[in-house]
Amino acid sequence: MKLAHKDLLRLATVGSVDDGKSTLIGRILVDTRQLFDDQLDAVAAASEKRGVGDLDLSFVTDGLRAEREQGITIDVAYRYATTPSRKFIIADCPGHVQYTRNMATGASTADLALVVLNVAHGLKEQSRRHLVIAALLGVRTIVVAVNKMDEVNWSQSAYLSIVDEVETLAHELGFEHVTCIPVSALLGDNVVDSSTNTPWYEGPTVLSALETSDAGSWTTTNHGARLPIQWVLRQPGGGRTYAGMLNGATLSVGDAVTLLPANIETTVRALNAGSGTIERATTGLSIDVDLAAETDAGRGDLIATAPLPTVTKDFTATLCWFGETSLKVGQRLRLKHTTRVTPVRVGELSGVVDIATLHTDEATSLGTNEIGIVKLQTADPIVVDDYLDNRVTGSFVLIDDVTNATVAAGMVGRASFL
Amino acid sequence: MRTDAVHTSFMTDHLDLLESHAIFILREVVAECERPVLLFSGGKDSAVLLHLAIKAFAPQNLPFPVLHIDTGQNFPEVIEYRDRVAKKAGARLIVAKVQDSIDQGRVADPGPLGLRNRLQTVTLLDAINAQNFDAAFGGARRDEDKARAKERILSFRDAFGQWDPRQQRPELWQLYQGKVNTGEHLRAFPLSDWTELDVWQYIEREEMELPSIYFAHERDVILRDNMWLAVGPFVEPRSSEPIERLKVRFRTVGDANCTGAVLSNASTLAAIIDEVALANVSERGATRADDRFSETAMEDRKREGYF
Repeated sequence: MKLAHKDLLRLATVGSVDDGKSTLIGRILVDTRQLFDDQLDAVAAASEKRGVGDLDLSFVTDGLRAEREQGITIDVAYRYATTPSRKFIIADCPGHVQYTRNMATGASTADLALVVLNVAHGLKEQSRRHLVIAALLGVRTIVVAVNKMDEVNWSQSAYLSIVDEVETLAHELGFEHVTCIPVSALLGDNVVDSSTNTPWYEGPTVLSALETSDAGSWTTTNHGARLPIQWVLRQPGGGRTYAGMLNGATLSVGDAVTLLPANIETTVRALNAGSGTIERATTGLSIDVDLAAETDAGRGDLIATAPLPTVTKDFTATLCWFGETSLKVGQRLRLKHTTRVTPVRVGELSGVVDIATLHTDEATSLGTNEIGIVKLQTADPIVVDDYLDNRVTGSFVLIDDVTNATVAAGMVGRASFL
Repeated sequence: MRTDAVHTSFMTDHLDLLESHAIFILREVVAECERPVLLFSGGKDSAVLLHLAIKAFAPQNLPFPVLHIDTGQNFPEVIEYRDRVAKKAGARLIVAKVQDSIDQGRVADPGPLGLRNRLQTVTLLDAINAQNFDAAFGGARRDEDKARAKERILSFRDAFGQWDPRQQRPELWQLYQGKVNTGEHLRAFPLSDWTELDVWQYIEREEMELPSIYFAHERDVILRDNMWLAVGPFVEPRSSEPIERLKVRFRTVGDANCTGAVLSNASTLAAIIDEVALANVSERGATRADDRFSETAMEDRKREGYF
């Protein structure tokens, strides 16, 4: 048996607590036979022990003791599924507001968000928060599973009313591809197999929607190639090559590149990847680059092709704040952007986003799990793109100087809907 | 690692992307941490990890040593492989022995045939403390166990080596943040997103060498607790356990007294890949007694500082 080569799709579940995210993922894994017999036996045993029926599918991903005791998801579970053409990396994210940082962790690398909503509850504030964060993080494709259809007797009008609400918000948030599907994660309707309970629905099942979406979209933007230098490799004979992971666009031998922030123009003399010397590198590959010019480039510098990014020490950004105490103007932190770490100061807090209205209100501090617009000043220059143009050079995290905790996710610029 | 071959295909597949991501993590941790170490058991996952580490820093030498926590109950084929591969890689091999922890009274002696799996945690944490390592690379994969499925790629450990699953650092994008205070350390898992099948396909693609016990061979085994255990110095057959000579291979490599063999005719990488693709029992479920103690056996061990 020769196993075909596959592409890779990263997806994250999004939605409020108890709407059935973990159950839906459990259902997908069971119905596509991704689980081994002993894993299924273990889920059945755990279900019986906790008195929650024969097979509580949420236990497939809720693997921590505390999660099973409380019946909630605390942190992201990563699960894997393969179909003949595709490998899926599934981040099953928590729904509770106090675990928003973990949801953002799961969604930050996702190509697609699998939104799970309870048909009877409409769009709850926490579902809106998750959709806003997914949109901020640059997810462009959402598959919306309108769940618990069995509890409303498969009512088309109940389905359509929530779809209407979702589509309005999705339009405001700028999602490009929106697919809504009526499902019962518990019973399996329209998850892997089409349901006979929804004759009025003619769209895809959840699995076929996932199989036909664009994969690997987030590392490719066609807004210039970007190679943040991670490490300098010394070659035999005294030369140096610059190692890092390529994103944005392809890079070929002979390409004109600029080394930033030094602003040195040169060309690519040779490219190496794990497999050896290559002529052209695609995005997502770890490569090392030999440049024609002699430079003293090092970790934290960036190799780029046109259109070039901006060198700055003073910029506007959108923040998701995860710190346990509020962020205040004047606060000092550390910023990690690509492969550079530099001290940073909060110069100005321009506003806090109201999740319900998407308006930004004036504020003097940013509380836990709030989203705000800030002006930041860094000690060293950093080389940035607007987050809309590049998710790698447009993103950063803020780090507490004392505890080393990651306290914020940051995106350069301001989302179009804010 | 470098060859003169020029790849004309511009397509990348999932193995290229998994390889690149792992190399990225290896470079990032080495750049951000002061004293990393790579945990190397001679098993297939740590073999892939070492292979990737060599690629990440070629043509330079490996910028960190490799550490084996030796329970003293290993398969001899694995120890021979460990020494040979580490030497070939030019890596400095540190062997920390569970027996030394027993002799020093750090852990209770479980007796000559007793399980030493859980004792490794003490030996590991002592070795990390003694040499001031601030990051330890491991070959653990998230598909192995439901607790591992929850763990970050860079997993923070406090001064006691403990993992707190409720207080994990957010890990956004690929901004791996490796800063720790003195006495604390990180575990870094570059193979987090690989599955068992990915590992085997990669081993085949890279034409890697592995310990011979991964391939089907004839061996004296006994059936105990529904597992085929190899008869040897650490497994003495009881009177109710007849010795059978069967064709077997090992899906995972752990201690000889808690790692079961599977009945198999797969003697080549291609045959193993076929077998793994069709398996209906997970690799740890099939072969690891150490995971069978309770529903959360792995989480409990990880909280204490296990791999």
